[in-house]
Amino acid sequence: MLDMSKTAPGADDAITTDALIIGAGPVGLFTVFELGLLDIRAHLIDILPKVGGQCAELYPEKPIYDIPGFPIVTGQGLVDNLMQQIEPFHPTFHLGEMVEGVETLGTPEAPLFKVTTDAGKTFMAKTVLIAAGGGSFQPKKPPIPGIDDYDGSSVFYAVRRMEDFRDRSILIVGGGDSALDWTLNLQPIAKRVTLMHRRDEFRAAPHSVEQMRALVAEGKMDLVLGQVTGLKGEGGNLAGAVCRANDNSTFEVACDRMLPFFGLTMKLGPIADWGLNLAENLIPVDTEKFETSMPGIFAVGDINTYPGKLKLILSGFHEGALAAQKVHRYVYPEKKLLFQYTTSSSSLQKKLGVNA
Amino acid sequence: MPKITFIDHTGEARTVEGETGATVMETAIRHGVPGIDAECGGACACATCHVYVDDAWLAATGTPSSMEEDMLDFAFDVRPNSRLSCQIRVTAEVDGLVVSTPERQA
Ligand SMILES: Cc1cc2nc3c(=O)[nH]c(=O)nc-3n(C[C@H](O)[C@H](O)[C@H](O)COP(=O)(O)OP(=O)(O)OC[C@H]3O[C@@H](n4cnc5c(N)ncnc54)[C@H](O)[C@@H]3O)c2cc1C
Ligand code: FES
Repeated sequence: MLDMSKTAPGADDAITTDALIIGAGPVGLFTVFELGLLDIRAHLIDILPKVGGQCAELYPEKPIYDIPGFPIVTGQGLVDNLMQQIEPFHPTFHLGEMVEGVETLGTPEAPLFKVTTDAGKTFMAKTVLIAAGGGSFQPKKPPIPGIDDYDGSSVFYAVRRMEDFRDRSILIVGGGDSALDWTLNLQPIAKRVTLMHRRDEFRAAPHSVEQMRALVAEGKMDLVLGQVTGLKGEGGNLAGAVCRANDNSTFEVACDRMLPFFGLTMKLGPIADWGLNLAENLIPVDTEKFETSMPGIFAVGDINTYPGKLKLILSGFHEGALAAQKVHRYVYPEKKLLFQYTTSSSSLQKKLGVNA
Repeated sequence: MPKITFIDHTGEARTVEGETGATVMETAIRHGVPGIDAECGGACACATCHVYVDDAWLAATGTPSSMEEDMLDFAFDVRPNSRLSCQIRVTAEVDGLVVSTPERQA
């Protein structure tokens, strides 16, 4: 074994791994399986707090009809099955973290990468598999004129430290679980919380909606129906929001903090800074190994492109299987790879923990 | 085939022929009409196919389902005549339909 701490000075607390998968969508998850069959253990990183990528975040309840062997399976159902399928290979998940940097330390023949996340973790990986789909999920920013001037000073899309909101007049916009949860969590410490939604119906969990309505009835917070159309303030310090009611009248809400919750959208994110060749925000790969312009870095699933590419889950599964073969050559340069079936190979069955 | 007119945020109108049974979103994408992103491909999961239905056509296009209303929460500048165009079917009844697209989808 290579002593990573010696080859990479200053990276003593780094997590070393043979394969690092960026993105825990369906393709990243199934790649764990294909790597596992070849004795390669993987770590996965995803910016979302949960696994499953688009299937889990965008359409957990909706049916998918084109997964081979499953006439019908929901987005979440597929993710649950994949998690069960990769269980024998004990992947390590790092959720709620975004990969920011990928740095090349090795050589094309013996690649080694230093990968860093926004949570301050460092990985030393022999191979990197980018399964980043449509990019990292990030909060949608409402197209309110001038909103960027307040970004990070008065307007926030997530609550990192509740203390930053103590004694503030907070305007929370939205009608889902994030909006309701933060309304209930911040209400006790805020000077005043106003929840604004475009209609008097909420997608959030019914008991949070009840709690919110009770607080409104007790006069402890405000619920306002309408939409924010403009912001008032100076130098990044928000003073109020200009709003439109559903009858088209205009009104203002005084506030010095705003938290808009309009769901998530996928943005390419830091991948653009890793020195890879890109083609219209996608990563070109070959169709033999699904390797990128950098030896040792692979791209599988929605994030890659090649002639004839289809952004389908089944294509991503195939890509992961082929990429794993080349990963094996980097991880075990001395070992010869035998082609085997899970049905009949006792060695594969042993890895899977099933009876031979 | 039913005709559908899309008016973009600058006021430019484009009239195209829709296929009966397709959706208004699909009609826009097939004809390269700008202003509709349709990131989720019509699964009512992205709200980037938001349009405003011309008042004269509100009755013919019907009202949004509760799933569509939930997804409209993710759109911006939502008005009483807001719809997600992947949820409006092209039928003979909507021949002549006029919809406007917002300045930004997401
Ligand atoms: C509504 C809808 C319906 C669909 N229906 C079908 C269907 O019927 N059949 C079908 O085959 N496909 C369907 N698809 C497409 C399918 O969901 C995608 O092809 C699939 O999710 C791609 O998987 P993936 O693992 O490549 O990427 P994704 O599912 O996009 O997952 C990528 C993950 O990587 C993470 N990530 C990205 N960058 C970073 C970073 N820098 N750091 C950390 N994490 C990062 C993201 O947060 C995300 O969770 C549908 C898509 C949608 C939206
Ligand atoms: S295309 Fe995504 S909601 Fe209509």
